[in-house]
Amino acid sequence: MVTDDYAIEMLGITKTFPGIIANDNITLRVKTNEIHALLGENGAGKSTLMSVLFGAYSADSGIIKIHGQAVQIKDPNVATELGIGMVHQHFKLVHNYTVTENIVLGKEPRRSLFARTVNDQKINPKKGNFSIVSLGSAEKKVKSLSDRYGLSVDPKAKIEDITVGMQQRVEILKTLYSDSDIIIFDEPTAVLTPQEIDELMQIILRLKKEGKTIILITHKLKEIKKVADRCSVLRRGKYIGTVNVQDESEEDLATMMVGRPVSFEIEKQKANLGRKMLEVNDLCVNDSLGAEKVKNCSFYVQSGEILGIAGIDGNGQSELLQALSGLTTPESGEILLDGKLINKMSIRERIEDGLGYIPEDRQKYGLVSGMTIAENCVLKDFYGNKYSGKLGTLNFSHMKSNSDALIEQFDIRSGQGSETLAGSLSGGNQQKVIVAREISLSPAVLLVAQPTRGLDVGAIEYIRKRIVEERDKGRAILLISFELDEIMNLCDRIATISKGTIVGTFKAGEVSANEIGLMMAGVKARKEEADEKKA
Amino acid sequence: MSSETVNIPFVRLAKRESMDPRKVWAIRIGSIVIAILLGMLPMFITGNNPFKAYQIIISGALGKPIYIKQTIKIAIPLLGCALAIAPCFKMRFWNIGAEGQITAGAIAASYFALNWYDKVPSFVLLAIMFIAATIAGGIWGLIPAFFKAKWNTNETLFTLMMNYIIIGIVSWLQGGPWEGRKGSQIIPMFNDSARLPVVFGIHCGWIIVLVLVILMHIYMNYTKHGYEIAVIGDSENTARYAGMNVGRIMMRTMFLSGGICGIIGFIVVTGANHTLYNGVANGVGFTSITVAWLSQLNAFAMILISIMLAILTKGSNTLQTKLKVPASISDIVIGILLFCMLSCEFFINYKLIFRPRKTEIKEASV
Repeated sequence: MVTDDYAIEMLGITKTFPGIIANDNITLRVKTNEIHALLGENGAGKSTLMSVLFGAYSADSGIIKIHGQAVQIKDPNVATELGIGMVHQHFKLVHNYTVTENIVLGKEPRRSLFARTVNDQKINPKKGNFSIVSLGSAEKKVKSLSDRYGLSVDPKAKIEDITVGMQQRVEILKTLYSDSDIIIFDEPTAVLTPQEIDELMQIILRLKKEGKTIILITHKLKEIKKVADRCSVLRRGKYIGTVNVQDESEEDLATMMVGRPVSFEIEKQKANLGRKMLEVNDLCVNDSLGAEKVKNCSFYVQSGEILGIAGIDGNGQSELLQALSGLTTPESGEILLDGKLINKMSIRERIEDGLGYIPEDRQKYGLVSGMTIAENCVLKDFYGNKYSGKLGTLNFSHMKSNSDALIEQFDIRSGQGSETLAGSLSGGNQQKVIVAREISLSPAVLLVAQPTRGLDVGAIEYIRKRIVEERDKGRAILLISFELDEIMNLCDRIATISKGTIVGTFKAGEVSANEIGLMMAGVKARKEEADEKKA
Repeated sequence: MSSETVNIPFVRLAKRESMDPRKVWAIRIGSIVIAILLGMLPMFITGNNPFKAYQIIISGALGKPIYIKQTIKIAIPLLGCALAIAPCFKMRFWNIGAEGQITAGAIAASYFALNWYDKVPSFVLLAIMFIAATIAGGIWGLIPAFFKAKWNTNETLFTLMMNYIIIGIVSWLQGGPWEGRKGSQIIPMFNDSARLPVVFGIHCGWIIVLVLVILMHIYMNYTKHGYEIAVIGDSENTARYAGMNVGRIMMRTMFLSGGICGIIGFIVVTGANHTLYNGVANGVGFTSITVAWLSQLNAFAMILISIMLAILTKGSNTLQTKLKVPASISDIVIGILLFCMLSCEFFINYKLIFRPRKTEIKEASV
């Protein structure tokens, strides 16, 4: 049961980075055995606060108490000793190791080569460097933990062979294995499918039932409403308040987080359709290993509409995007940009012909993290006359005024304005830089991949609005997203992709989320095959 | 967690968040102090007075005007070559073939020095040699970049192997077609018209490299090419996404880098050696990597670092003759000094965390 004891008290925590106060006198009190949500936009200071708790950063000032005792958490090992475990957003797993090997990594149960085992008690367990790792007992422990918390993880499976959802459970098992009684989940649902999210919520409730204290870092309000007891809100590095989740609606929480009322439904006017700007016919694309990832894919996007491609991650979306943007060459088929065949055109020619692309992996593709916002904003048109100085030099003052305007226009929050390094921005602001750059080039066709992945409500609302604005300006927009909500919300037409093939295209509103979900999973396609066989 | 399974290492590394610039300089100066102290060890072991040794190094490099000139002569190719490889390293294209590119430039320059010296006036000859050396060095740099762009070959191995090929070619020229007196294995000295003019007592190569410093600084920091190089160095994927032709930029940059190395080859044969032999690059292509790293690819810092290295080189030569220490000992001293200075960058980026004492862990977990 939730008691009135506090498992964690973080009092007056302040942490500054150059140009930014990440945490400004923040207080967080988590009761023993509650599920406590930590809510805030990207860059609000949630991750910094948790890094302070986990010992990755040291606070400039403030006190941390664990179960009422003031403690100094100098590094993550101390946090582990104190029973704090963290399930990171980006898993820290070795892919070719088994589940058990990953869990015991760094604390391997050892047996001396020369030691005897008497009644399961090891004699001289840590004798010198001539000890060998013995996994038998660890496997048993992992199995029993997995059973106890209903995780159904196979201790002997290799990480590379199990799903993302399972990998996350391995991370949970890691914390359980080190006897953590406080478990921090950092944006745990960002990488999961809808079904996996439901399962995770059940697991979190189970953990609570077994007496664990949970901190859930998230900006997904639905999840908070579903499982959390209380919720603390941070905004721009400041502590806003702590509320009982039951007493608040999703809208209330969103307002607390963003500082103003937020709309979830995007208001859209009727699509004002023009000609087909992007047309894809019988496209086949292989991945780098030669496996066919996109098969006979056909669709088109008209100007003034948003076509959404709904599908589960790994069904050819990435390869499709790479072929459209020019990063790979398709095996066969046609890509027509405003009626012109662009299969063999270079990336730069496509950009000049009006193809914009907001990539799915903003760190890997969209941005140069070691460069300033000003430099990132001209990534695609730096070579043009607009930014030319004398003798092939760049005109830095034009670059700066360009990015100053975009920062203003797109509400990009940065420590040092145009001079801020892109890598130091929060995820939401990084995405805004990319969106600003792509939109500022006024592309006729805009490819948008996972535009709001990992972003907070405020940023999501903003970016979706901008996408709809571009549609209203008569751009043809192709949206690829794994979040069905986003597709249902934004798109005028929806195509579902499964195993690299478009399995159906519908007008928005003609089809339910459930039906699309089934098609995404390939269930419907399979059914058709079965029908064919019967016939 | 049960204590028997915990195994905290005695010391481990962690990336630093950020650092006070004053502290950064304290570490750099500290590393030089440690370097100087450690450098005394080999002196002690060989029974020499280390203070006297250092004094000889300094006076041997800077004690007389003629020594200073010799030191600067050593610094010129180091500086020029560091400038040449800077854009490659910025692009994360590991060009360790500067040695070969210098040699290629030297060969091209020597061809005209040996064959055209009586056909054109001196300054025309030097101009032709300069251009020929630039193109030859550039092509020698372009080859590995072409293969990298087309078939993604490993540029580190490729550029390294290219060194041995071109040095082999010089050996063949020395003993074959360009050999002076039969059996001498030596290429004849250049005619006076193929020698660089002397300005303030030193061949005018120093003016060329100082101009290159300014040009390279502008090229790397203010031009569109420099921007492209920086983007590729940070994220090749992003560069491709942004429509840059990465392969072409690599080839262009390597042509430039090799071309500058070629110029250095030209300077060395026309200014310092006045002939060509297979050791023309003399390890400059490798030592300049140290210069480039130590100066963190900053063109102006390279001036200081290359002079510093030249002082060490010249000074340790004097050390050999004055204290009769073997050449290997002074090489060891230089090695120790460089090692300390290079490793200080590591301590600026990373910190060491020592295992806390048992009692501290217990206190914390109460």
